[in-house]
Amino acid sequence: MSIFVDYTKCTTCGICGRVCPFGAVAKREDGRPVIGDTCTLCGACENACPTKAIVIDRQDAQVDLSCYRDVWVFVEQRDGEIKRVSLEMLGEGKRLADKLGQKLTAVIVGCEVSHLGPLVGQYGADTAYILQSKHLASYTTDGYSNAITGLITTRRPSVFLFGATSTGRDLAPRVATRVGTGITADCTELDVDRNGQLVQTRPAFGGNIMASILCPNTRPQIATVRPGVMKALSPDPSRACRIESWDIKIDPRMVRTKIIETVKLASAFRDLTEANTIVAGGIGVGNADNWILIERLAKALGASIGATRKVVDAGWQPHELQIGQTGKTVSPQLYVACGISGAIQHEIGIREAAKVIAINNDPNAPIFKIADLGIVGDLCEIVPALVQALEER
Amino acid sequence: MPLSTEGLDVLVCIKQVPDVTEMKIDPETHTLLREGVPSIVNPFDEHAVEAAVRIREALGGKVTVISMGPPQAEEALRQCLQMGADEAFLISDRALVGSDTIATSYCLSRAIATIGKCDLILCGQQAIDGDTAQVGPGIAENLSLPQVTCVSSIEVQDNRKKAIVRREIEGGYEVVECSLPAVFTVTKSINSPRPPATEIRGRQVRRLGVLDINCDPERIGLKGSKTWVMDMFPPKPNRRGVNAIESTLPAAERIRLLISGGLRERKGDILTGCSLEQVAAQWVNHLANWGLSRVGTP
Repeated sequence: MSIFVDYTKCTTCGICGRVCPFGAVAKREDGRPVIGDTCTLCGACENACPTKAIVIDRQDAQVDLSCYRDVWVFVEQRDGEIKRVSLEMLGEGKRLADKLGQKLTAVIVGCEVSHLGPLVGQYGADTAYILQSKHLASYTTDGYSNAITGLITTRRPSVFLFGATSTGRDLAPRVATRVGTGITADCTELDVDRNGQLVQTRPAFGGNIMASILCPNTRPQIATVRPGVMKALSPDPSRACRIESWDIKIDPRMVRTKIIETVKLASAFRDLTEANTIVAGGIGVGNADNWILIERLAKALGASIGATRKVVDAGWQPHELQIGQTGKTVSPQLYVACGISGAIQHEIGIREAAKVIAINNDPNAPIFKIADLGIVGDLCEIVPALVQALEER
Repeated sequence: MPLSTEGLDVLVCIKQVPDVTEMKIDPETHTLLREGVPSIVNPFDEHAVEAAVRIREALGGKVTVISMGPPQAEEALRQCLQMGADEAFLISDRALVGSDTIATSYCLSRAIATIGKCDLILCGQQAIDGDTAQVGPGIAENLSLPQVTCVSSIEVQDNRKKAIVRREIEGGYEVVECSLPAVFTVTKSINSPRPPATEIRGRQVRRLGVLDINCDPERIGLKGSKTWVMDMFPPKPNRRGVNAIESTLPAAERIRLLISGGLRERKGDILTGCSLEQVAAQWVNHLANWGLSRVGTP
């Protein structure tokens, strides 16, 4: 692995020094850059150089896989609060690390997040790496990918898991491409085979088939993991982890996206994977106009709203609300399924719901096999009655 | 290739995919039945083409569509021309067979670099066969461009050096300013794609091979793929469900669960032919019995 500056192309503009998050670029007397020992090959300068004078060669890095060790989990946080999927991945990551006879490391990126170090220890991490900067307070592709790539190159994990969230699905493929390694999306099952390889299993072809995937020749083996599927450990307050912290220098001019505003939608559109109560509608709702019934019931229950694949395909609701094999997996206390037939692709997404109530016109609908309470009838009549009963309590 | 001197040059990456909603599993062999399943333009990519055409309608410029695929993918590109794209390229080559998303991103970014400078690259958020959402970010990384994913609206600023986009996140959205050129991956919320109704009129799909776009042979096809599919099987009931069979259940119930493969059947009351009053009463009772009476109360 090496970094090379082509001085015939270099214009001494100095951008490389400015964007380096690790302070590894020194300026010679003639204005040309010299890359020092603290370089982590994160790629920030390579990407920023306007004349492509800086080249990083990563090919020979992949030859000896045995120097890549340990399972890493990207700990996603928003405003200093950990997302549930990260705790789930720590639980699964611990299981995988134990199987490998290696350690579990949590990677936390943000601003003022040191309090999360001890917390991830309680949930199974042996080590926490904390990367901080005020320019990392919110997720940006450029900020986070530079910081994380640098860490990968210097510390060499064997496995790196990210939640399959909007952040994880933006960040992980960017990092994988930069590092030159394989990545598998939206895994619902992970395991270690007898050769110590990570077996990554995930749905494909609209959930019609499951695929098991290996990344045999490169490291780290990167995977994004579906929220709501893996199991978090119960937090053990006596469990401590080793913490290493870095202050990362970020040139804000080199972060090419800027968040102007963050808008939270009404509670009905809360993150489904964290919701305690969900009202979901299927194609049995009939048409887009009838969807108001789902909204009314959700409002009366203080619930989030979900939808089946058929509803999303019909254009009644956005993909964000889709629950099932190729949508989200949810684990609420209460799941109310309205006009949903209960095909296995949907059932898999709600298996962990504590209680399921189903309303469907068809007494033979498979949903009734998995309902704790089933109501056969026309939801256009039944739902208003349920809303009224709640309002009258 | 001459580029327009004003307006935005938008390039859209599309994929031809099987219509997965029409796919079935062979009940005996448990393999995917692909024969007879129609091929379509990936639905998310239709939204990307529509977004590109609307930008051209508003600001002028050119819409180029590209795809990496087998020869039959030409049909998908023709459909994009019929939606209003100006130019279409198919990158098709035996050397590309077996590409994973890393190899695909590399190939497409080489094609884009060859075709010419563009101001904006649009992709659908994900393809409905792979559902990975990895190629958009892969292209952006290979071209060293900024990226925004899950984009549900695009507003190009007057100076054409920036765009303001909405990015969908869990529970809401962000309004993001991004410098151009950039790569955006778009969700279905961004627009309603027009039907492919425009006459193609002399526009043809142009073919490119790996030599035309100067691909490093080590980075394409099977050779350039870092991930390998080692097994495919139909979705099985979650084995965890079998392991977690409660020992308090009667033996007959436990055996039934085991035989059914762990499908988590529940023995709930099914109300049939009840009056609305009875239904409402049962609803309230069940919620109370389950300790869920407090749901919905402020």
